[in-house]
Amino acid sequence: MAATTETAPATVTAVPQIAARSVQPASRGWTSWLTTTDHKRIGIMYMVTTFVFFLMGGTEALMMRLQLGAPDNTLISPQTYNALFTIHGTTMVFLFVVPMMAGFGNYLVPLMIGARDMAFPKLNALSYWLLLAGGIVFYSSLFFSAPEAGWTMYTPLSSVSYSPNNGVDAWIFLVHLTGLSSLLGAVNFYATIANMRAPGMGWGRLPLFVWTILVYSILLILALPVVAGAVTLLLTDRHFGTHFYDPSQGGSPLLWQHLFWFFGHPEVYIMVLPGFGIISEVLPVFSRKPIFGYKAVAASTVVIAFLGMLVWAHHMFATPSPSVVFIFFMLGSFLIAVPTGVKIFNWIATLWRGTVEYTTALLFCVGFIATFVMGGITGIFLAVFPVDWQLTDTYFVVAHLHYVLMGGAVLGIFAGIYYWFPKITGRLLSEGMGRVSFGLMFVGFHVTFLVQHSAGLSGMPRRVYRYPDVGHLHLYNLVSTIGAFILALGILITVINVVRSVHGGPVAGPDPWRANTLEWFTSSPPPVNNFDVIPRVRSVEPMKDIRRQVARQTGRVASSPQASEESLVRT
Amino acid sequence: MRRKPLLLTLIAAAIVALLALAGPASADLLSPESGGSPNADRIDSLYWVIFAIALVVFIGVESALLYSLIKFRARRNAVPAQIRGNTRLEVGWTVGAALILVALAVVTFAKLGGIRTPDNSGADGLKLANGVLVASSPTRRLPPNGKSLNVCVNGQQYIWRYTYQSDCSRNDFKAPFAYYEMVVPVETTVTLDITGQDVAHSWWIPKLGGKFDAIPGYVNHTWFKIPADQAGHVFHGQCAELCGRNHADMAAAVRALTPSQFEAWLAQQKRDIAAADAAAQQQRKEFEGTGKGSATGGGR
Repeated sequence: MAATTETAPATVTAVPQIAARSVQPASRGWTSWLTTTDHKRIGIMYMVTTFVFFLMGGTEALMMRLQLGAPDNTLISPQTYNALFTIHGTTMVFLFVVPMMAGFGNYLVPLMIGARDMAFPKLNALSYWLLLAGGIVFYSSLFFSAPEAGWTMYTPLSSVSYSPNNGVDAWIFLVHLTGLSSLLGAVNFYATIANMRAPGMGWGRLPLFVWTILVYSILLILALPVVAGAVTLLLTDRHFGTHFYDPSQGGSPLLWQHLFWFFGHPEVYIMVLPGFGIISEVLPVFSRKPIFGYKAVAASTVVIAFLGMLVWAHHMFATPSPSVVFIFFMLGSFLIAVPTGVKIFNWIATLWRGTVEYTTALLFCVGFIATFVMGGITGIFLAVFPVDWQLTDTYFVVAHLHYVLMGGAVLGIFAGIYYWFPKITGRLLSEGMGRVSFGLMFVGFHVTFLVQHSAGLSGMPRRVYRYPDVGHLHLYNLVSTIGAFILALGILITVINVVRSVHGGPVAGPDPWRANTLEWFTSSPPPVNNFDVIPRVRSVEPMKDIRRQVARQTGRVASSPQASEESLVRT
Repeated sequence: MRRKPLLLTLIAAAIVALLALAGPASADLLSPESGGSPNADRIDSLYWVIFAIALVVFIGVESALLYSLIKFRARRNAVPAQIRGNTRLEVGWTVGAALILVALAVVTFAKLGGIRTPDNSGADGLKLANGVLVASSPTRRLPPNGKSLNVCVNGQQYIWRYTYQSDCSRNDFKAPFAYYEMVVPVETTVTLDITGQDVAHSWWIPKLGGKFDAIPGYVNHTWFKIPADQAGHVFHGQCAELCGRNHADMAAAVRALTPSQFEAWLAQQKRDIAAADAAAQQQRKEFEGTGKGSATGGGR
């Protein structure tokens, strides 16, 4: 165990014991982080960077909630407020959820498929540095003039006549830089998954998280060039005298909406599918059961992605468009509910007749399912276009999208943090703090966003810096603001947990959860070359086979679930 | 495990919170605004059908989740069943989910006509004898009898302008207009031609139906018909598409009057506009006569 020669007491004796031999000590010092091409280090840099952006985006959200806590509030000026929601949305989409999933993918995909690195390690490093550059370019606009046209940048508002300052340009460069980063990363993931799987790992034995990263990559490759083209047209409109989106010169503002949402809706699945993948990995481990219907869960990922490419105009039901368009996009959106429902039913069936262990990671998974179901159901309301006419662009939509992205992607990310932290650092997070964090986040989330449905239904549009004191708007918004701070406290506790545990947590050992996939075959944290020996994969759950084989050869009992359960729960 | 009481407490707390909110709040807690126009009412009733189906699905899924969490939590000597799937069951719930959506689609299509196609004006509505106010364009949906009061809605940063005119593509400088508050007769089908002047806006009076984006270069259409008992009532709304810094302050209102009051208001509005035009013309003449300004100096 070259990588973990700490003196802290090992609390878990895992079976099998894997030793990574003849590994050179990893170089230390900050310059080694600048030059690294190790997928694990790049993955860590991705995760840390994007989490910092998450905290920045969250702070912006809290500032907005403070402003909306009282009617006709004058705390924040309309200019600042518009900048806040623009930066918040952009940060969470482009600088947090999408690259955070790339971070998980970077760290885990090679380990899960039994590879020693990504297919193109240097390209992988470039992906990270482009992401960081995009974030810096975008946030620098704060010191000059921040963009104010919303993360959707609808034209003509984002044209140079109505947004003369350079914030929109900073946003365009962010989309280009992070887009290039994601595109290179996506190609890398695809090449890695297609070519570098362990012997015996056919497509039918690919871990479900890797399936979702594969589909995530394909969606990025299909969707990103479109938005790159769209923002380039916006850039030339703004500075080089073209009129693609200018109605007074024969251009079309609707063209922007179509191009943007042709990327923007697949983007929703780009954000949430890897979250589905995390759930599909964690649930079977803590139910001590195989995933129910592996093929259906993998296939539904592909079907969701395919249908997700065909529903973009359901964001445009209020625009002047022909009825046949609305009907097509309504029915397409309905169809997505079927594979999504299949996933949810399969997850519940995975828990069914298992022995469910309430680890923090499992709690976040369950919180994810409970919340995502609601986001999915409100999505059906929004898909019915006559009903959408009442709901679109209100706080109902704000609530819906946060149920899907915050309740979906973010709770999935937190499940992933609690589940894989021991592998990444070699230390366990505190389960007690984890539970408190989950409880606060779950309650805080629903207090914040459930009531926003009602605010929207009673006529409050989104993106307003103030609202009049009519009806119950004040009550709804006050409840929502209080919830936001509970949610923030929950997130803060996980941050403290991570900071405390990264050096001080109990040593995890290679396989603290008795998990199913190959990343648990190596030591925690894994050595630079990941595996000395790459095992032959015989099923979807290679670690179960390995444990069984070790038990047969050494006579140690490892396959009985009771024995392991006790070893799992720590002090 | 001590998880069960905590979960139950959470659920109880959620229900109590919901009830506490349900007390003061009324219809706006759970459904869109309605009551000002038949299309808004029909959207509301379609919403409730979806709500009923959604509630059943929601309760079903969440209770299955909760049940499996409580019932199958890890106990000493419990052995997890190593089930890998069940094709029949999986096909069953796939088809089941699809059938629910087919039902939703059928209900939506059944209600669609009444929401999109304007009703005929009521017998007590404005007598649409004046040809100027009868919409006749074949490009938009009209009531079955082809008669409606047409208003051209124009969104501008940060105010709404309404022109009472049957053909909005024509610049009729004589047509009466108003800002912020649209005045309409009750029991009369009002069709709207909606466009934006500068950036994209969105027309929305919640009680009178859904949102319709006002996008420069495009014309959007909707309609409403305010019932007779709402005469004298003012319906409030605001721009629903981000249109700049003062987006939140871009309010709109629709005042409902009886047809005779409306005719009187329209006549007064025409007189006021004519008088203001005449006064402006007079002022310009005087201004130019004094020689203080050039011919272009009077513009701004």
